[in-house]
Amino acid sequence: MGKTTAETIKEITRNHLEKGNGLLLGQCVTAVGWIGGTVPDCTGIVEIPMTDIAAPGFAVGCALMGRRPIFVIRYQGFMWYNCSSLVNYAAKSKAVWGVPVPIFIRSIGMEGNGIGHTASSSIHSIFMHSPGMPVAAPMTPGEYKNVWDHFMKNDDPIYVSEHRRSFTIDREMEDEFVEDADITVFAISASRLNLLEAKEILKTNGVKLNIVHSLWLKPFQPSERALESLKKSKMGLVIDSDYEITGASRSIAYELMHQTGKPVHALGLEDRVCGVAPHLENITPPAEKIIRSIQSLLSQKK
Amino acid sequence: MRSATLGQIPGLPQEFGNDFARELFRRGNFARHFELKVKEAYDKKIFSIPIYLSLGSEFNSAALSLSFPDCLIFGQHRCHSLYLNYGGKPEELRDELLGLPSGCSGGMSGSNAIQGRDIKMFGHSGLMGEQIPIAVGAALASSKRTLAICGDASVEEDYIYPSLGFTATRKLPVLFVCEDNDLSILTKTEVRRNWSPVDVARSLGIPAVDITDDPWLIAHHTKQMSKNLPGFINIRTVRVLWHAGVGTDGLPEWDRYEWIRGQLAYLGLGNEMEAMDRENKGKTDLLWEKQLQKR
Repeated sequence: MGKTTAETIKEITRNHLEKGNGLLLGQCVTAVGWIGGTVPDCTGIVEIPMTDIAAPGFAVGCALMGRRPIFVIRYQGFMWYNCSSLVNYAAKSKAVWGVPVPIFIRSIGMEGNGIGHTASSSIHSIFMHSPGMPVAAPMTPGEYKNVWDHFMKNDDPIYVSEHRRSFTIDREMEDEFVEDADITVFAISASRLNLLEAKEILKTNGVKLNIVHSLWLKPFQPSERALESLKKSKMGLVIDSDYEITGASRSIAYELMHQTGKPVHALGLEDRVCGVAPHLENITPPAEKIIRSIQSLLSQKK
Repeated sequence: MRSATLGQIPGLPQEFGNDFARELFRRGNFARHFELKVKEAYDKKIFSIPIYLSLGSEFNSAALSLSFPDCLIFGQHRCHSLYLNYGGKPEELRDELLGLPSGCSGGMSGSNAIQGRDIKMFGHSGLMGEQIPIAVGAALASSKRTLAICGDASVEEDYIYPSLGFTATRKLPVLFVCEDNDLSILTKTEVRRNWSPVDVARSLGIPAVDITDDPWLIAHHTKQMSKNLPGFINIRTVRVLWHAGVGTDGLPEWDRYEWIRGQLAYLGLGNEMEAMDRENKGKTDLLWEKQLQKR
């Protein structure tokens, strides 16, 4: 068994803080579970006060001084108030002043378990809207390393849409292509796990599907093989852990349609407020919903 | 509370000496002439962007640049004088206002977000007060002396209190300066709040003073606070021209420039002062000659 994603994050972080003169800033990062076991006990950790307005500015200042900070937000929904200096300063500084502000933004998605309408869910789509900031949603150890290497080789701030469900993953997830596929599904974040569950049931129901695991949301650069496979299948579908309306799933579906000429649909969170009670939650489309959606799309096509 | 003499200490010009007075005047006077040329250019409709002039407060940053040199600088709009007094290239500021590639931000930032990379002055995004936590982060990461300037309106922003608190907790080397002209665009401070940022800073354990814009007084407190940062200075200052643009709402509350001229004359530097004034005017005339001739 290889390292988990959490162990990989921890190792990368330790190396950056101890050997790379880096910093890690966040609220309560050294409390309870040290953010799912992703934060090492070492120098370079800055416990910041409970300020979601000023804190991103602290990270920007650290980046201006060349410290390449890791900025941790424990609940991705809290990005609504953390985003201003990241979007308006970090992402734009290179274009406006020629001064890069490289920040590795660990924005951790959680959902379910009654965490409510603000803390719940992933909101990477709003960051895709901002120029100057690549957006990635790594789930596996290898993907995390890929994103980190990109960060260290470049000087942009990166929005890393993590998901708590990735922390225990200890394997890589390869794209899957089949002959005469009915549908090519591009999956993002935790929806990838749900899609893999759905796949087995769909297969038994005679549905052939291609699966493309989408790591980089912006820039979105699908492989030639993924595009060719989509062209050969009847249709495409993009599924995501963020809201569907004006979200990554619809945006990427639009791009894919233009690139391939195939109809591509989107499936993300519903356009409704999430509640705390289990039956009121609004979470990543579960396997059953993905199955229903794909079967419905294919039946309409017939 | 607000007055032209708030906190003044007699004898400071003599204590600082003539060399300080000469350099103070040379810097502040140049910034003033530069701004007067910008006003002239604005009146001739040379600019196509909003312009935020620092006329009236140009000697605040002249004093800071002398008493708090070699620092990281974070300001916001109305910072032309800050840029110039700390040694930013006037040609690059002129070109920035004109939207030219040779501007200090290549025309991307305009008047309100200027930077000076040579002088470690960082740009501002336009979100009022945002420069304060960024300054604090820079001080945290570098341990370098840092100047964080805002106005009496932006000091009310949500960014400020946690930044002051974090600075106090970490004992970071930051000098906070609030240039308090008593106006948020046109809304007076008393309409907006009943508290003082000086009290806030003090309550967090940061030494703080509330003073008028006497440049010797600014230099005095800056030097004192530099020995054991962080510190906070609220400077009661005067805005001669509008928040944006070059209009006026009548005579300013006080004329600090004339008062400074009087101090130099009292120090026996009257003739030198006039010579510097002519020299600076000549320099800024030359700097803007081409642009103003076009109209």
